[in-house]
Amino acid sequence: MVIILKAIMISGRTLGQGATCEAKMSPEFFKATSTCALAESDYDALGIPKDGNVLVRTRSGEVVVSAKREGGIPPGLIFMPMGPWANAVVGPKTGGCGTPLYKGVEVEVTGTDRRVKGVRELFADLETEGQR
Amino acid sequence: MIIEGGIVYDPRNGILGEEMEISIEDGRVVEESRDGDKIDARGMLVMPGGLDAHAHIAGAKVNTGRIMRPEDGRRGTEARTKLLRPQTGYTVPNCYAIGYRYARLGYTTAFEAATPILEARNTHEELEEIPIVDKGALTLFGNNWEVLECVRDGDLGKLAAFVAWGLRASRGYGVKVVNPGGGEAWGFGGNVKGIDDPVPNFDVTPRQIIRGLMRANEALGLPHSVHLHTNNLGKPGNYETTLETLRAVEDIAASRDRQVLHVTHMQFSAYGGTGWRDFESKAPEIADYFNRHQQFTMDMGQLIFGSATTMTADAPLEYGNARLLKAKWSNHDIELEESSGVVPLVYGRKMPINAIQWAIGLELALLTEDPWQMIMTTDHPNGGPFVNYPEVVALLMSRPKREEELKTLHELASKRSSLPSIEREMGWNDIAIVTRAGPAKILGLEEKGHLGMGADGDVSIYDIDPEKVDPSKDHEKVKAALSRAKYTIKGGEVVVRNGELVAVPQGRTYWVEASVPEDEAAKVRADLVDKFAKYYSIQISNYMVQDAYVTSPRIVRAGVI
Amino acid sequence: MIAEDVLCPFCGCLCDDIKVEVEEGKIVGVKRACRLGSSKILGHERTTAPMIRVDGELLETTYEEAYDQAAQILKEAKRPLLYGWCSTVCETAKLGILLAEEVGGVVDSTATVCHGPSIIGIEEKGMAGATLGQIKNRADLIVFWGANPAEAHPRHTVRYSSNARGMFTPDGRGGRKVIVVDVRETRTAKNADKFILIKPGTDYEVLSALRMIVQGKGEIVPETVAGVAKSDLEEAAAMMLAAKFGVVLIGLGLTHSRGRYKNVDNALSLVADLNGFTKFVVMAMRGHYNVAGFGQVCAWSTGFPMAVDLSRGAPYFNPGETAACDLLAKREADAMMVVAADPASNFPRATVGGMVEIPVIQIDPFPNPTTLLADVVIPTAVCGIEAEGTAYRMDGLSLRMKKVVDSPYPTDEEAVREILDRVRRLSDDN
Repeated sequence: MVIILKAIMISGRTLGQGATCEAKMSPEFFKATSTCALAESDYDALGIPKDGNVLVRTRSGEVVVSAKREGGIPPGLIFMPMGPWANAVVGPKTGGCGTPLYKGVEVEVTGTDRRVKGVRELFADLETEGQR
Repeated sequence: MIIEGGIVYDPRNGILGEEMEISIEDGRVVEESRDGDKIDARGMLVMPGGLDAHAHIAGAKVNTGRIMRPEDGRRGTEARTKLLRPQTGYTVPNCYAIGYRYARLGYTTAFEAATPILEARNTHEELEEIPIVDKGALTLFGNNWEVLECVRDGDLGKLAAFVAWGLRASRGYGVKVVNPGGGEAWGFGGNVKGIDDPVPNFDVTPRQIIRGLMRANEALGLPHSVHLHTNNLGKPGNYETTLETLRAVEDIAASRDRQVLHVTHMQFSAYGGTGWRDFESKAPEIADYFNRHQQFTMDMGQLIFGSATTMTADAPLEYGNARLLKAKWSNHDIELEESSGVVPLVYGRKMPINAIQWAIGLELALLTEDPWQMIMTTDHPNGGPFVNYPEVVALLMSRPKREEELKTLHELASKRSSLPSIEREMGWNDIAIVTRAGPAKILGLEEKGHLGMGADGDVSIYDIDPEKVDPSKDHEKVKAALSRAKYTIKGGEVVVRNGELVAVPQGRTYWVEASVPEDEAAKVRADLVDKFAKYYSIQISNYMVQDAYVTSPRIVRAGVI
Repeated sequence: MIAEDVLCPFCGCLCDDIKVEVEEGKIVGVKRACRLGSSKILGHERTTAPMIRVDGELLETTYEEAYDQAAQILKEAKRPLLYGWCSTVCETAKLGILLAEEVGGVVDSTATVCHGPSIIGIEEKGMAGATLGQIKNRADLIVFWGANPAEAHPRHTVRYSSNARGMFTPDGRGGRKVIVVDVRETRTAKNADKFILIKPGTDYEVLSALRMIVQGKGEIVPETVAGVAKSDLEEAAAMMLAAKFGVVLIGLGLTHSRGRYKNVDNALSLVADLNGFTKFVVMAMRGHYNVAGFGQVCAWSTGFPMAVDLSRGAPYFNPGETAACDLLAKREADAMMVVAADPASNFPRATVGGMVEIPVIQIDPFPNPTTLLADVVIPTAVCGIEAEGTAYRMDGLSLRMKKVVDSPYPTDEEAVREILDRVRRLSDDN
């Protein structure tokens, strides 16, 4: 039985993301941003193994990222550092003011053994997606 | 070039409506030009280029006005042309519109009224973008911690040295003082109630600040006098503060041939009554004082009905405006130096207070006997945008126009002011003084505001014949002609022809380099090093405006004699 | 050799006390900068040569070729988008706006995905602000709302806010109270005197409730508001009213969440309300070191601070229609020039789809995902390290960035100028 966590996704700045944001092709950036932090209880409920990955899914898209277990995050919330992985699930609508909804995205999270795509792969796929 | 056949008003040189030739060569007025373009100005009014001595046209609060008022940006929109950048805005035009619109009015010089030293870079970045006009900026000093401390300690030498340093740091032209002491009190939300109300935490009064800065200004022999926005501006009954302020400095002598103090936008400081209910004009009292004291000058601060954006370093005033009018409100307090506020509003003909305010501006100008003590302004954009200057000129020149206007206003304009009874109508000589010769003299700009030998070749030519048109009856023609110059000539180059821009040269920026004794300068430096170490949020080495921000300077020298 | 008082080219704090160690023309050390700033100053992998995409692959070329191609792309486009600007100096922005005017494009900055809603809020209500030094010298109450400076503006608290010492605040942190409002307990929250945890997307209600309490109308506020206990809100309001000088520092928690500019509108209104009782100011924690500067330049040039459509010759401002994300999402831009920003990373993926089919020019020192989509890549010098120019701090203070070392690259300013000149030549040829 696959456990699905319905959660709200918040994306935002972190020190790791900021320190590597001018080096986005680097492994450090990959490590800092292709991840998501869950509340301890949510992480446990999903049965994610140590250093495991999760699949984050919305109507706008889906993305596989590594998962972290973090105190300070309330259950039902997940935090993703800003960047291409988080933005794979942020929708294009700007609410009539030009700014997408980067915080407050309704997502479904499941454990997965799929791997996390690298940044080049993420964008190679975008070009093919564009044909749809 | 040679301007032929025009009817020239050049009051500084005693030319009051004479037909004469004006020759310009290498950007200056000369006796006779060898050859050159001829401009046929027969049957037209010729004056030196207009000089706006007080307008808010560049800097942090102007840009705040733009940013917070996209609704203003949508007015006055004009698409770009081959020659011109796009134009936007009515009360807070973009930089290009400011230059173009001044030029169309025949204005060739404009001064930014208030610059905080810490943010002077912003002022200069914007001044650099304003095309055509020559410009300058007055630097704010009246709430600066170093000033307050020097005044408290009675150290005039150090104060003068700090003023010199502040002018250099800001590339400023003169000493601007706004609600002295009140700006500092506003740092914790307070204000000062009068010139003897001590500034919290500093043990000085506005009276002392004004006197101190005036004495420093005169010790430095600066070209302009202290330029003052009085305490209690905008409050009913404030004319008493204004008169008290003037009396407090009657004994101070100017060190140059000019006024010892210029009080700005006097309309806002000429109020009687005890509240809004019994609000009334006290312009006659103010004018009377000026008639008996030649050492002071003022500018009108005339209201224009319609949209305006108030922006001033009188931050508590702006907060008050916003609460009274339930308007959007921006505030900006600047560490160790000043405060400011921006509030959009609309002046209404049927609003009793606005109607009286409108009358007051005109009363002041018409009741002050000597036009050399008066500058025509609207305190752009506080009283109204400068594009309305022709409206003000027409009002000054025509009693019938004033009467027509009064009929459209709330009746209190007539009841609470003396305007209906004023018969005086300014003539072209007066207008040439209050818009050209006067402001040039008041600011100490020797080559501006006149057309004598060596003057800058800045000329405005209007398609109106002073010998044929009666400005009193045909005030509509006055307004129309002044709204679109037939020719505006800047530094000997035609920039406006038939009311349209034909050239967009870059103007120059005036600033004052004042020298002081090295030992005083050293004391100032020591104080500043201490303040930057403890209180400022930046390093002293990053503070001063660098050369890169003033690409065409025009430096006027002064200094302690 | 130590370069003193260098300005950090990273975040909106624009710290100007950085010491950079230079040996033989190369940067070997940085002092005083936080992890974010020192990372940038010490340097990253660079794009080393201009490139043009041929048959799907980026091939090295000359600057001349790259500028020519860029000019061609912009000239031919009907609605080019000139985007970015947040990590370059004002001098670049001035040219970029002029270029946008001449090619009839839309010019926009990263503000529209960051504090754009704060600007819209300011358009509604104005902003009761101050310079950062006022906060340092006077503030005894700091409120971080939806902001996490510990991770986004690391030196803010020590230089300007919670921990700063000044004229009226000699006790630094000891003399202050800090309130943090956020949807999770961040590092910043851990250092607060009071942390209010709110549910995502409920800032507006919580702000409204606070405003009611502050105005003495607390009796109409229910026992919980969006999951927050009324007693917590009453305590926060009491702390605010008891302050001699309070400041609300707004982060992306307000601008990126449900309500966006309405959240900011309400926060600005709360601060305006508080001024009826005590001194309060508010400030947006701008992310990049010169996004504020672009806004200033754009406002004095066009009348509007961002999202300006110049395609009809007169500036037209309507975020929701003219912002970069709007144009790309609706496939209304037919070319794009990106200067000093990385929209491929920072825009929603579906929006980035709008960049895939159109020619993209990138002007940037560093390779990033936008490079993966670019058709012309023009590497430039890093402003603030290899090129000087003007930047505006988050509080609107403008300062001059320094050039610390030489570089073989043209500046952003030079690159935009070259493209502008070529666009003009192409126009003259027609």
